[in-house]
Amino acid sequence: MPVNTEKQGASYSLPRPYEVSREAIAEFALATGAEADYHFDAEAATSLGYRDVVAPTTFAVIIAQKSEAAYISDPDSGIDFSKVVHGSEQFSFTRPIVAGDSLEATTHVDGVRAAGSNAMITTRTEITDVAAQPVVTVTSTIVVRGDGE
Amino acid sequence: MSTIDFSQLTIGDTVVEAEIPLSRASLVDYAAASGDHNPIHWSERFATEVGLEGVIAHGMLSMAVVIAPIVEWLGDPGSVVDYRTRFSAPVLVPDAESGTPATPTASLALSATVGAVDAALGTARIDVTVKSGETDVLSRTQVRVSR
Repeated sequence: MPVNTEKQGASYSLPRPYEVSREAIAEFALATGAEADYHFDAEAATSLGYRDVVAPTTFAVIIAQKSEAAYISDPDSGIDFSKVVHGSEQFSFTRPIVAGDSLEATTHVDGVRAAGSNAMITTRTEITDVAAQPVVTVTSTIVVRGDGE
Repeated sequence: MSTIDFSQLTIGDTVVEAEIPLSRASLVDYAAASGDHNPIHWSERFATEVGLEGVIAHGMLSMAVVIAPIVEWLGDPGSVVDYRTRFSAPVLVPDAESGTPATPTASLALSATVGAVDAALGTARIDVTVKSGETDVLSRTQVRVSR
């Protein structure tokens, strides 16, 4: 089944908020070479003016990919995950993510277009806090390779 | 607030250079931390079956390890307003021939330079090149920062 271009404009939300823990931030920081103390030590983070330990810059991808997965795994999307190649990624911040955040995410399918036998898909995931205030927008493009390759 | 004095930045200045080693253990650690368990990042058999030369690093792992030293240079994680990249080539990460799988078998070389700066507004754009060997593995990598 080819990629379904009629999914352009569709939206998918996390079923429940993602709860940001100190442990998840520390594990992500250790796995990505983020050694600064404000990822691990709440006092170091509060001395910089943050409520609690601060997540590394790309931590939001955990939440974005959970939200994008609802679209990618939707049988109606026509996406064969084994043929997906990551094209680009962008994070636009209103503020950093900190431990204790309870974050909602909605993925918008902004573009689905054929490029030869491939399909290029752009998703935009809006991540907001409990007060519905924006935190970070994650824009991702993926290429779904067609049978021609 | 960033510890960087934006009035001291000049377009073209190299502000961060780093060589970042990667191992099979790095990929497993990132899979666990990120929740991205795609087998192309840990199964040689699966990776070659889908047409890759072997196990490759998560593009998002490369994106993450590249920003870490840049944020340390900035001094405040809240100084990053926007971070973007394109994944232009896969990074092969072979298994170590012997001993611990934490032995590095690949590396990324990053160079971050000032692409634009507005000292009055306290904003700058940092342009980053990321190579594995001679190959640009990330392209059009930009970090927009604000004091």
